[in-house]
Amino acid sequence: MEHIRTPKVENVHMIDRLTPRKSTVGTLYLSSTHTIFVENSEARKETWVLHSLVYNVERFPTNPSGSPLIIRCKNFHVYRLLIPQERDCLDVLASLTRLSRPECYGELFCFSFNPNLDKELREKAWGFIDLKAEFNRMGIPSNLWHVTAANHEYRASICRSSQPLSGFSARSSDDEQMLQAIMKSNPISEFMYVVDTRPKLNAMANRAAGKGYENEDHYTNIKLQFIGIENIHVMRNSQQKLIDVGELAAPSMSDFLWGLENSGWLKHIKAVLDAGVFIAKAVAEDGVSVLVHCSDGWDRTAQACSVASVLLDPYYRTIKGLMVLIEKDWVSFGHKFSHRYAHLDGDPKEVSPVMDQFLECVWQLMQQFPCAFEFNERFLIQLHTHIYSCQYGNFIGNCQKERRDLRLQERTHSLWPHLWENRAEYTNPLYRTDHSQTQGVLKPLTTAYCFKFWKGMYGRAEKSVASHQSPADCLNAVREESQQLEEELSAHQERLAQLKEKKTSGGRKKTNKLSERVRRPIPTESKLSSPLDYFTTTRSEKHTPSFTLPLELAAPPKNGDPDDLSTCSDFESGVADLSSRSSFFFFFFFTCNSEKI
Amino acid sequence: MEFAELIKTPRVDGVVLHRPFMPTVEGTLCLTGHHLILSSRQDNTEELWLLHANIDSIEKRFVGSLGTIIVKCKDLRVIQLDIPGMEECLNIASSIEALSTLDSVSLMYPFFYRPLFEVIEDGWQLFVPEEAFKDLESMTDEWRLSEVNKDFSVCPSYPSLLTVPKDIDDESLCKAASFRHGGRFPVLSYYHKKNGMVMMRAAQPLTGTNGRRCKEDEKLINATLCAGKRGYIIDTRTIAVAQQAKARGGGFEQEANYPQWRRIHKAIERSNVLQEGLIKLVEACNDQSHSMDRWLSKLEASNWQSNVKEILTTACLAAQCIDREGASVLVHGTEGTDSTLQVTSLAQIILDPACRTIRGFEALIEREWLQAGHPFQQRCAQSAYSNGKPRSEAPVFLLFLDCVWQILRQFPCSFQFNENFLIMLFEHAYASQFGTFLGNSVAERLKLLLSQKTVSLWSWVNRPQELERFLNPLYEPNNLVIWPSVAPQSLLLWEGVFLRWNRSTKCLDEAYQEMVHIIEYNKELQNKVNSLRRQLAQLETEDGPLQTP
Repeated sequence: MEHIRTPKVENVHMIDRLTPRKSTVGTLYLSSTHTIFVENSEARKETWVLHSLVYNVERFPTNPSGSPLIIRCKNFHVYRLLIPQERDCLDVLASLTRLSRPECYGELFCFSFNPNLDKELREKAWGFIDLKAEFNRMGIPSNLWHVTAANHEYRASICRSSQPLSGFSARSSDDEQMLQAIMKSNPISEFMYVVDTRPKLNAMANRAAGKGYENEDHYTNIKLQFIGIENIHVMRNSQQKLIDVGELAAPSMSDFLWGLENSGWLKHIKAVLDAGVFIAKAVAEDGVSVLVHCSDGWDRTAQACSVASVLLDPYYRTIKGLMVLIEKDWVSFGHKFSHRYAHLDGDPKEVSPVMDQFLECVWQLMQQFPCAFEFNERFLIQLHTHIYSCQYGNFIGNCQKERRDLRLQERTHSLWPHLWENRAEYTNPLYRTDHSQTQGVLKPLTTAYCFKFWKGMYGRAEKSVASHQSPADCLNAVREESQQLEEELSAHQERLAQLKEKKTSGGRKKTNKLSERVRRPIPTESKLSSPLDYFTTTRSEKHTPSFTLPLELAAPPKNGDPDDLSTCSDFESGVADLSSRSSFFFFFFFTCNSEKI
Repeated sequence: MEFAELIKTPRVDGVVLHRPFMPTVEGTLCLTGHHLILSSRQDNTEELWLLHANIDSIEKRFVGSLGTIIVKCKDLRVIQLDIPGMEECLNIASSIEALSTLDSVSLMYPFFYRPLFEVIEDGWQLFVPEEAFKDLESMTDEWRLSEVNKDFSVCPSYPSLLTVPKDIDDESLCKAASFRHGGRFPVLSYYHKKNGMVMMRAAQPLTGTNGRRCKEDEKLINATLCAGKRGYIIDTRTIAVAQQAKARGGGFEQEANYPQWRRIHKAIERSNVLQEGLIKLVEACNDQSHSMDRWLSKLEASNWQSNVKEILTTACLAAQCIDREGASVLVHGTEGTDSTLQVTSLAQIILDPACRTIRGFEALIEREWLQAGHPFQQRCAQSAYSNGKPRSEAPVFLLFLDCVWQILRQFPCSFQFNENFLIMLFEHAYASQFGTFLGNSVAERLKLLLSQKTVSLWSWVNRPQELERFLNPLYEPNNLVIWPSVAPQSLLLWEGVFLRWNRSTKCLDEAYQEMVHIIEYNKELQNKVNSLRRQLAQLETEDGPLQTP
């Protein structure tokens, strides 16, 4: 609490840059864990922003209407505030800057987050994902080796490691023998692949530092394959450029496409997916074992192996399966979560969107195989948020040992049971366990035109640029209704049988009133209500489901954004509602400033 | 018969056909007057029937005596025929070339096609201006149907009946026509029932360099304004392009002469630029070896997505003026037959829920495209593979369909039709057995006697058996105005057209089937529950008197 210089500021404007008339006035509160904005409107709508999700806070010069402050979040939400007094703005800035950069693990939200579970439930929750059970599921230990379900006819396997310390000439006979053993464990192939996920040039450069890659002359029967995934620094810069594209004020189509190309982001996503496809193909089609490594073995290697696993094994395309995969390939294999996702104030060079890229690969696959995944886009976005949020203990620390030392299982809660309980929200209506797409290996196309900009993830900088109302949400509503109908049907059938029986036996019994016909909630297409100002070459128009924290999400946008129910009533109002002149002014103000950035 | 002269070799055996995502077929190639046919004469192999009119261009290659013809179609498909024998190959190639570029419209397939189905509802009689006017009359009495163009002499590209303000007589219309490019004086395009505002369309005014004016034209459009209200003129060209038009006798409305109107310039590209864009886009889509950078930069360079964005934005603007500003709108570009129609028809889809039904959309195409004089035959003579010099070809209609698809994707429950319906319209606009898209205007169509000599596309589409494929299972009628997003990230490449032949759609088709399945199951349940409810209700009323309180 000592970091909070001012706990409450009144008459703060929350600016909507694209539709200024949707800007609101309210009170800003700072708690030890959240920034909370409460609208003055009757609805008193609250927006909660977790401090640990704040990526940065930026202040702009004070102008006659107040001091503007922008809060950017690690899940790509952006909040634009206008604070009446400069002094308050400075206080908020200083407080948030400090609060969003915890210096030690003890300050993280997960250690104070208490969802009112008793001790027993909490412990049980931590046992929700059990890796031993997972290895059993994969059929390990078997006589020969561990085997994934997808390639049971073969005996090929995927192994992972870090780079060998070969330098220019060093060799290790133990390492050579171990690879030989892996190779031999697969009786049907006479060689194995060693996949180095780095660009060859980077791998060669590593040799000067006494590291590098396997010398094919020293290892018998290996084939070395470089894949060319760039390092964490390149990825960090690339994502930043992508985020900038999302934040452009009124970009033209050319600005957008050029920005997308210039960021290189989709190129990198393609490289990760290509790596996964190569490995999956080697294992499933050629029956060849694969050893995967990069430099350290916890970033690119984890990406490549987990993408390959998703392609190979339908289990990892289920809700529980993806949790298991993350627990296995990322958490237990020592992915440096706290470094990569900047949980603590630390070296910015350690930060990189490694998991973001894995999740995006899965999303890209969902575009090609709409029936293959049990979960939906919302599930991936939720996972992404929690990898950064520090609300649950699952992703705290940089390796298993650190996690044990922090006694996370005793002191924090696990995310997995929470997601599992709410799985109805995360279910893909098109998924059916007996569908052909849920069987066997996925063989995606990785031609450049197959990759899309992930609007649901990166198009959230503006509150009003939104994802569309999706067919999936309509279908979920239909399925829900079908379920109710099924129940009603069997109730009616029972009643009918009863009546008929009574009739023949002459008995009489008062009946309950029949339930009203179940009515499918007609999906409101929320954009209906408010046009943009198409006069200026503006762009976009509608609300994202506002993912306010804490992450007991605001109602899932089944019926469109709840916000928009209110805007339906202003359906008759004029276009650019200029009644609040000041907000129109802010709109210009922010537009000008962000262009300077 | 003329065709026989063009067919040098009517049939060749041992021809191998390669098609995207289908096994190769070996069989006999036959050329008829209108079709290229490949038949393997095996029972369960699909034959190829390709309309010559669908062929955009061909390429020949030879390896020894084996010739190969690459056939590039207007629907963007590319197929390959391996033909043994150099002479046969050359003959086939030159025949295809001749048959696919016939000059005379009356030799086109629609004049020879005899439907294998019974025409129950004649599409030619389905959308007549008199009917549309009856609807208008029920809402307002400020408009009349004018016969001033009954012999097409006032404006050759307009239909014979036009809806104009009641207070403007035919003589004034003629004068206004002489002041507008091609005689296209301002006429009613859409009446917004909610607030009585209207959208009109026209061609550019012929102000020329010395600022000519026309009192009748001014009076005509002012007659559509309510007292004290202002209107908007949406010029689809940039101010620079509109200025340049003055030198060629065209121009735009001067503020001084139209004080009640505010003019807004947008930047929809001219048709020859659009054609180049289409060619570049399809080239980029067909090269699978592109790196990500190259693909994105080619996509950008084609400007296709920019065009979609600009057209859609302009349509939204028109809709916004009408619905939100409560103002009437006049839309025009240069000729008033291309970008103007894109804007007026898209604005109606945004504003009017009726246009989002199948019948309503067909009516919209009739009104705003066919009867409004979009020169389909000129614009759709060639598609993305044309290697000749473009004359007046341009994908104006395809861009319109692309924009509709973008709105459909953003409002998946608001349209009665699905993507397949739009793709079907694209195909038939370029090559068809039906006469609907032949000719460039109502006058030309009458002269060709299309309604007597050919079958209308609508006669076929509206049969329940055909319609089924085009129905959107998610449709829930929605009476609101739908405001699409025009942000670049909200506009996607229309894969259903541009990547259709480049990647298998198996998984996406399966997803669609799954969706249909979920909804059909729901309907089935509803029917069952309803019938049980009725049974129960009946049983219980029968029992009623016996029931004890």
